[in-house]
Order: sequence, then structure tokens, then C-alpha cells
Amino acid sequence: MTEATAQAEPQPAVRVVRRTWFSVGGAVVVAAGLGVLVAVPWWASEGQARNLVEFFTLLALAQMWNLLAGYAGLVSIGQQAFIGIGAYSLYLLGDDGGVHPFAAVALAGLVAAAISLPTALLAFRLRGGYFAIGTWVIAEVFHLLTINGADIHVDTGGGEGVTILSAARLERTFRAHGTYWWALGVGAGSVLLAYAILRSRLGLALTAIRDDETAAGSLGVGVLRQKVLVYVIAAFGCGLAGAVIYLNLLRVQPDAAFDVNWTAYMIFIVVIGGIGTIEGPIIGTILFFTLQQELSDYGVWYLIVLGGVAVAFAVWVRGGIWGLVSRRFVLELFPVRRRVVYRHGERARAPVSE
Amino acid sequence: MVWVNAVVQGILLGGLYALFATGLSLVFGVMRLVNLAHGDLIVLAGFLGVVFTHDLGWNPLLTLVVIVPLLAALGFVGQLAILNFTLDSGLSPLLATFGLSIIVQNTLLEQFSADQRGLSAGTIETDSIRISNEISLGWFPLTTFLVAVVLLVGLQLVIRWTRLGRALRATSDDRRAAQLVGIDNRVVYAVAMAISLATVAIAGIFLGVRTSFAPTTGPTRLLFAFEAVIIGGLGSLWGTLVGGVALGIAQTVSAQISPGWGVLGGHLFFLAVLLLRPRGLFARADAS
Amino acid sequence: MSCFYGDFQALFDVSLHVDEGETVAVIGANGAGKSTLLGTVAGLLRPARGEVRFAGAPIGRQPAFRRVGRGISLVPEGRRLFPSLTVRENLLLGAQARRRGPWNERRVFEVFPLLEAIASRSASALSGGEQQALAIGRALMANPRLLLLDELSLGLAPIVIQSLYAALPSIAGEGTTVVLVEQDVGRALAAASRAYCLLEGRISLEGPTSELTREQVTGAYFGV
Repeated sequence: MTEATAQAEPQPAVRVVRRTWFSVGGAVVVAAGLGVLVAVPWWASEGQARNLVEFFTLLALAQMWNLLAGYAGLVSIGQQAFIGIGAYSLYLLGDDGGVHPFAAVALAGLVAAAISLPTALLAFRLRGGYFAIGTWVIAEVFHLLTINGADIHVDTGGGEGVTILSAARLERTFRAHGTYWWALGVGAGSVLLAYAILRSRLGLALTAIRDDETAAGSLGVGVLRQKVLVYVIAAFGCGLAGAVIYLNLLRVQPDAAFDVNWTAYMIFIVVIGGIGTIEGPIIGTILFFTLQQELSDYGVWYLIVLGGVAVAFAVWVRGGIWGLVSRRFVLELFPVRRRVVYRHGERARAPVSE
Repeated sequence: MVWVNAVVQGILLGGLYALFATGLSLVFGVMRLVNLAHGDLIVLAGFLGVVFTHDLGWNPLLTLVVIVPLLAALGFVGQLAILNFTLDSGLSPLLATFGLSIIVQNTLLEQFSADQRGLSAGTIETDSIRISNEISLGWFPLTTFLVAVVLLVGLQLVIRWTRLGRALRATSDDRRAAQLVGIDNRVVYAVAMAISLATVAIAGIFLGVRTSFAPTTGPTRLLFAFEAVIIGGLGSLWGTLVGGVALGIAQTVSAQISPGWGVLGGHLFFLAVLLLRPRGLFARADAS
Repeated sequence: MSCFYGDFQALFDVSLHVDEGETVAVIGANGAGKSTLLGTVAGLLRPARGEVRFAGAPIGRQPAFRRVGRGISLVPEGRRLFPSLTVRENLLLGAQARRRGPWNERRVFEVFPLLEAIASRSASALSGGEQQALAIGRALMANPRLLLLDELSLGLAPIVIQSLYAALPSIAGEGTTVVLVEQDVGRALAAASRAYCLLEGRISLEGPTSELTREQVTGAYFGV
């Protein structure tokens, strides 16, 4: 207790910190790694670079799905809608609109975000599992509209698909490098975006909503508004990733662009890697990507096994691999939790009951 | 008159959709679980029908005798062994059933390839009653519709008048209070899932006779089932029939307007209902 | 036994015993741990330390729905009826455990005549007193050896509470052991032969109700 004389303000007995020694060390390693990754077009083969494009776009998709499900509690099985919208926006802006493909990618993300607002209006009339299926219906609507585009005077090439000529016409190495850096930007950006959000007030609100929605609402957290915001951000991320994916592939077909398997991959990655954490999707993507390369010879068995593992994790290993690791070692590579540190190592004493 | 026929066909199609939707609705009502593998299980039933009809030469409707108990047992065990452990979380059951959906689809792909298959039930498939030049009632769609109605009536009777029905309603109302009167909710959930999969078995066989199906067509059936439930209104079994019929009509009329627009028209109708009457056409006041 | 909700300890080494056929009252203020105690006996909670022994044998980790079959019935705080069932259906559900005994629908209607008149009404449309009567009736339908009543009088008008308590002798008369948790000290002590008082998770007083003085009870209840 302070003495009742005029003195300098008492030192607070506690500080709130987020850094841990592990996270600071990790940050250094990550920064170095990023440097290496940026330089890839100069030291890696074209095949390796293309693999990395796939990897980073998958990572971005996983981070977006994790943002929705792990933090906002929204299970969406319809994110493929925005992947497809991103891809087709790239096509329409680039080929019909004359926008430079690299710029069109960014715009495609914005288009996806814009379209996500009216879809949110519909989707959020449902809750829980029915919300999930509702997002799938919406994705199917976009899928079918794209196939039947001619009927509504939008030339999307119908069921056959289209080639993104504006990108195909770019000089080859230029296109390869640009695509790679876009992918790296989207992948790393998604991680940083998730990190930034979770350290912000939105993140705090989301954690509160995730823990107890009613309580959060009664404290003044605008629950619906925050959820819609996250939904739009995730749509932006998926649209961006979709555009980059198809910038890489050049050929867009509606059945592939709007395939629910995109969501399946996102779910596998996040569930197995660790839902509700930033590190989880990174681990999950690495694992998934490696498995995909190694097991592609086994056809559908690989998917069956993956499905089985996902079920097992969803039921019994809720926190995923990162959950297991971080619980055992109390680690946080991307620190988002705030800890209270006592001065001089004092421990707070519980109030004595009278 | 062509339009009247479209509506009539839509009504009959609604019977099939009600069959799809009943199991989904029941499980949600009792344990708030949305089974994302529902559509794939319908297709699984269809493929089991293929095995019995092609390999053993049975009539598809006869296969029900085996497939219904088989799927019911699968549901009972699956719920007890796996899904019961997911009910404490909102995400977990969705993720688990989604994973199961992938497993079922790909196992079917592995066993049967991606080809479209069908079940043939003989002349009943194409026989019809001619009402007029442009309107005819197919015997099979009519049978499907009647089976759907009978099933719904049967379920209503079970739920209202039997001990099991009371236990289902009580567990759905308040799981802990149900424990206090001696109800083991794990078993109740398993029974509910068993009933659900029994209806899925029936739906699968009737689907198979009516049209062709492939391992990857499961998800679309889930979407139709879901749309029928939402359009009809949560918490009402009869709403499921109405929802199915409404969806069926929306699809057939849309297909009449433009051939490629059948399914899309149904989806758009669903979204319109969601926008204008989100509680559905028949929602119960206390439905969640 | 000791019971926790997460890190929060609700009961600290609480010990009590109830003889067959007795009516015992457990009184205490809000948050004293009374519902926790009953919940543990009924099987809704598991004690971190200690055990529950029923008819001489430890009950172990039996889940709640099995304990009903052994003869333990809890009328939970807040009644927790099934709103989508009628009064009669709620009672029928109580008999789910199929235990033999004197209690059936007719006998319950004898003790709570008001229920018979509303037998077909939905449980969601009942007054507080009707709900409580139904909740007790539902528990009785399981023919329990031990009836646990949690906060019988909560939220009810005095005249209603009176009529509910008037039914207790009929219940005890059948040989049922009753443990009565109450905030309404006067009625609880009048209805029971022995009482325990809980204060912040510990027993602060116990003894035959005939011997407890008002000062003792007030002191033990409020901890002064």
C-alpha cells in the first residue's frame, strides 16, 4: 500500500507482456527464412518455385479458414466460392478489362471481398452446422452461375473453362517470378494478417466470442459485426489466393475452381495442424503438402487415410499437432496471449475471506 | 398445361427430397448434430443396392430388407463409437462428419469407379398414369411420395406415443434432466442416428431406382436435404415434406424455363426463402 | 468428500450420513455448496476426493442415469421439466427406470391432486407450484429409496410452498429417505429430523432439529 505522503507515483506491481524468449528467437529465425524465400527465383528451379507457389497459396487458404473456424467459430464449407470468384475475376479483369494480370490479382481479392458482403447477409441467417451447409449452397450457386454465365450475359466460358490469355502472354520468366512473389506475399501476408488481427482488439473480441458468445455480447462486443468482418477478410484472402493459384495454372475450369475439395484441404490442414493457432496451419500445410507429393501415387487411398486421420484428430486430438507440442512445452511462436509478470517475482495473493 | 405438369412432377419429386431430409432433420432435432456425410450415406445405400441387385439379382425394393438394418446398425455403432465423443463441441461434429464424408466418397470411388450407376426395378420405373395429354403421374415417383408420407406418419407416431419417442424428446429438451430420470443419452443418440440411417437407406434405394448416381453425387443430395429442411422450417417433420415439395417444384419449374437451370433454380429459391422467411414456412415457435 | 468446478473448490472435506427412512435437511446460503452436494450424490458431478456410499456399498463412478436404477432420484434446482412433453408424459418418463414400488401415476395424483386436472397440459405451460409438484412426482415415479430435493421452495409463493411441504409426510411415510436442500430454514427444519448447515463449502453445524437453537442456526448459516 502506498503511504499517504506526496511521493512519486507508485511503481505498478505487474507488467503485461507478450514476448517470450522462444518467440523472440523464433522471430529471428523466421526473418532469416523470409530472406531466403524471397530469393527463391534466383536459386531454385522453376519446378521448385511452382511447388512453392502451391504451398504458399494453400497456406494462405488454411490461415483464412482457421481465422473463420478457429477464432470466429464459423465453420464454412463454401470458401471455394471465393477461390473461384478470385480466379474468374482475374480472368475477366485481365482478358476483358485489360488490367495487367499482376494488378488484377489484387483487384480480384477486393472483388471477392465485395461479393462476400451480400452473401454474408444470407449465410448469417443460419447458425452452426446449417451455416456451414449454407455456405456450400452459396458456393454452388456461384459455381452454377459461372457455368451458365452465357444466359446472364457474362462470358465466363461456360463449363469448358477459359485460359487466362492476358497472363499467358507475359514473358515467361517474368510471369514465373511475379507469380512466385505474389504467392509468397499472399502466404506470408496471410500469416502476418492473422497475427495482426489476433493481437488487435478484433482478436480480443473474437476470443471472447469464441469462449462465450452471450457473455461477449452482453459486454458490448458487436458479435455479428465482428463475425461479418472476419468473413469478409477471409473472403478477401481466399479470393487473392484463388487468383494466384490460377495465375499459376493459367487454365480455369468451373468444376475445379469451385470444387469443395479446396475446403476439404483447408479443413485437413487446420484440423491436423492445430486449429485456433497461427502455427497450426503452417505445420499442417507443410505436412499436407509433403504427404500430397509422396502419396500422389496411391490415388484415392491417400484421401481415405487423410480423411481418417482428420476424423481422429477432430474427435480425440482437438488441438492438432501444434496443440500437442505447445501444451507440452508451453510454446508460442507467434505470441498472442498476454501474460502478467509480477515485479520481483511476487505472486499475487488471493483475497482472504472474512 | 406444361407448367401444371412441371408443378405436379415437382410435388412428386418433393417426396424423394422429403425422404432425403427426414434423417437429417431428426438427428439435428435430437442432438443438434448436422451430419455432413448424410448425402454420401444415401449414395452408399444406393451402391449397396447395386451390389445386391447386380451380384445377386434381387429386386431393388427387396434389398431394403437387408440394407435398412445394415445402415441402421452402422449408424448405431458409429454414433456410439465416434460421434458421441464430439457432441461437447460445436466444431468437432462438423469436422468429424465432413471427414467421414470424404472417406465414404473415396471408398466408393475406389470400389466402384466414378461411373454413373442405377438400380432397375423393372417396368414400375416407367409406368405411369395418364391424367391428360401433358400430365402424367409416374408410378414410381408416386410410390416414392407415398412412402415418404408413410415414413413421416410412422415417425410421428413413434415420437408421440412410444417410450422411445418420449425418451428422444426428453433428451432433446434437456440432456441432464433426462439422465436424472434414468435415460442414458449415449444410447438415445445412437438410436436416433440408427433411425436416421434407416431413412437414408430407403432414400438411397429410391434415389437409385429413380435416377443414376455416382460416388461424387452425395454432397448434392445433402444440399437438397438441407434446403428441404430449412425451407420447411426447423423442428417440424411435416415441414420437411412441405420443404421437399417446395424445393421440388422450384427445381422442375426452373428446368422448364431453361433446361440447365433446374438445380440452380432450386438453390436460388432456397436463398430467397432464407432472405424473406428465414424461419422457414412451418417453423415451430421454440425451434432453435 | 471434496468437489471442484475447474479450479474452484466447492466442497472441502464434507462428510455426512443419512439413515434409511430419515428426512434430513441441508441448509445454507447461496453458493454454500448445497447443490454441489446433491449433484455429487446423484451422479452429475464426481468428487475429487472422497466417495459416496449408498446402502453400505460405495457407488463409485456410476453415472447419474444408473443411480436412478439403484434408487437415487434427484429433483433438480429449477425443476428442469421437459417442455415438449405433457404433464402425464413427464410422469411416464419418471418411470423409465422401471423400479418396483408404491409410486405410480395414481398415487402421485393422490399426493398432488392438482396434477391430475392438468395431466394433458404441456409442461411448458405450468405455474411454478405445478412445475415443482410435477418435478417431485416425476422423481417419485422412479420409486426411489433416496429422494433428493434441491431448493424446493425457490421462487414460489408461501402458500404454494406450504402445500408442497404438506406432501412430504406422505412421501416419507412410504419409507423413502429424503434429503432436503433449502434456503428457507424454518420449513426445512420443521420437516426434517436432522439437519446439516453448510457455509462456504464446509459443514458449520449438524444435529437433530429438535435440539438446534435459533442462535446456533443463524450463526452457522451466516458464519457470524
